[in-house]
Amino acid sequence: MIVAVCLKQTLARESALRVNETGTWIREDDATWALSEPDGYALEAALRLKDAHAADLIAVSAGPERVSSVLREALARGADRAIHVVSSHPAIDADPQAVADALAAPLAGERPDIILTGLQSDDHGFGQVGVALAERLGASHATIVVEIEAGPGSVRVKRELEAGWFQRITLPLPAVLTVQSGIHPLRYASLRGVMAAKKKEIRTIVATEPSTIRQRIVAVSVPQRSRQAQVLGGSPGEIAAALARLLCDTLK
Amino acid sequence: MIAVIAEPRDGTVHRGSLEAIAAASQLASRPPIVVLAGTGLEHALSALAQIETGGIFLLEQSIAGHEARAVVTRLTDWIREAGPELVLAAHTYWARDVIPRVAARLRCPLISDCTAIRNGEGRRLFTRPLFRGKLTADVAVEGPWPHLATLQIGAFSSDSVQSSTESAPVTRLLTTRAADDSAGIADPPFQESTPSIDLSRAEKIVAAGRGIQDAKQLELVGRLATAIGAEVAASRPLCDAGWLPLDRQVGSSGQTVAPRLYVALGISGAIQHIVGMKGAKTIVAINKDSQAPIFEIADYAIVGDLNDILPALITALADD
Repeated sequence: MIVAVCLKQTLARESALRVNETGTWIREDDATWALSEPDGYALEAALRLKDAHAADLIAVSAGPERVSSVLREALARGADRAIHVVSSHPAIDADPQAVADALAAPLAGERPDIILTGLQSDDHGFGQVGVALAERLGASHATIVVEIEAGPGSVRVKRELEAGWFQRITLPLPAVLTVQSGIHPLRYASLRGVMAAKKKEIRTIVATEPSTIRQRIVAVSVPQRSRQAQVLGGSPGEIAAALARLLCDTLK
Repeated sequence: MIAVIAEPRDGTVHRGSLEAIAAASQLASRPPIVVLAGTGLEHALSALAQIETGGIFLLEQSIAGHEARAVVTRLTDWIREAGPELVLAAHTYWARDVIPRVAARLRCPLISDCTAIRNGEGRRLFTRPLFRGKLTADVAVEGPWPHLATLQIGAFSSDSVQSSTESAPVTRLLTTRAADDSAGIADPPFQESTPSIDLSRAEKIVAAGRGIQDAKQLELVGRLATAIGAEVAASRPLCDAGWLPLDRQVGSSGQTVAPRLYVALGISGAIQHIVGMKGAKTIVAINKDSQAPIFEIADYAIVGDLNDILPALITALADD
């Protein structure tokens, strides 16, 4: 069995976000980069498939030079090899179908049985790349998956629906699954894993330039507050006293 | 022409579909064409017949198997045939499974999770969240029609939907195509367990999020709830981590609540949580991240460390 996991590198969650000079994105000059959190859960689910089925696990990412660090991280956690689709083209970030095209090119050649990715990314949060990738590869797909059971020729998944409902679906292979965050507790790379990763291969391929950008951000802003919050400040003791009064008043 | 893909739900149409119809009516200053696809559409059709639309298309099918895959083919064919400039749908779990594949097949843009759409000079701008709601982006779409967009639930009001005075034309299009070969087999939806607590009836809720770092803090959350007579709830990460049972989860995958008082402790305010609690009358939020989106909907905002504030608050409440 061959399993692939598509990983995105995004700004670390705790990063302060400052709008750039042109007002069309954020300042990236002193950014800390990390694996997009939902993709971390996709990687964990992929590692479990590898453990259970002795699968060959390929980690794939598209983007500029810096994204090789999330591939190195995936190799340290247990992926067997990695593919870096190198591109600095703005569409291979801002247009989910262009991202899917970039990822589909090498994946078509690898013929994975199951491809996993996070349900959406921490930055754009399109929730589209996995599904568009399935379309490009002619694969089946399921989104917001919370359980994966691979069998010969098919994969059975539990999908989350709204308001506490679920659904089980059996999909023919190859299948693309977008993974819900929290599917399994995450493992971290061991020192041995980090050492072993240094010997593993990251194959680089150059992405074909997208011919179109379907969507483009023209302005980024700080959201307007729908309610104007009253800020309670001061020392913890002062805040607590004000809040205690407030809670008692609200509850009258 | 603007089209809305409506979603059957609980014997009627999803509220998000009504919001999409209202949004489309405002953009085009006339009601949109509404499309229903799948199986068991009759209840949704009778609900739609009572409101003003520009006509209803029923893409019925009797295909066994994973309905969502067949729906992609039906919708794609209909869009190619009808040629709408813009297609809207609610950003539901169903839409997240189906619409990106429709867009990918049509190779046309899909702007997902929109909170506003406005007609600007010569172009249409779509507003959507970035960085889990910490920032907002205005997105311009390039290329020819159709353009697709999904709308965040609750971001558009359905108040402007008009009752219909005369019935809109209904067109039934039965499929003649074979099932999509990339389909799978779907079992009927099920609930894990009936929630043992109905948080929607709670008058007061103290809710904890991923800002809660250890069992000691969780115990303080419980003590605060006891002190003010509130139910304890949580956002998804805490339930996923097993710190609180799933039936205490508030949000799109959990319960929807509307208490008089909602105290959000260490909850950043991802939209999936906010849709479940924004109906609360008074929202108090404590978070150490001043950029946390929860502060956008809070009535009272405290930027600070729960380790400092919670013990002091519990003491202050005991003194009263």
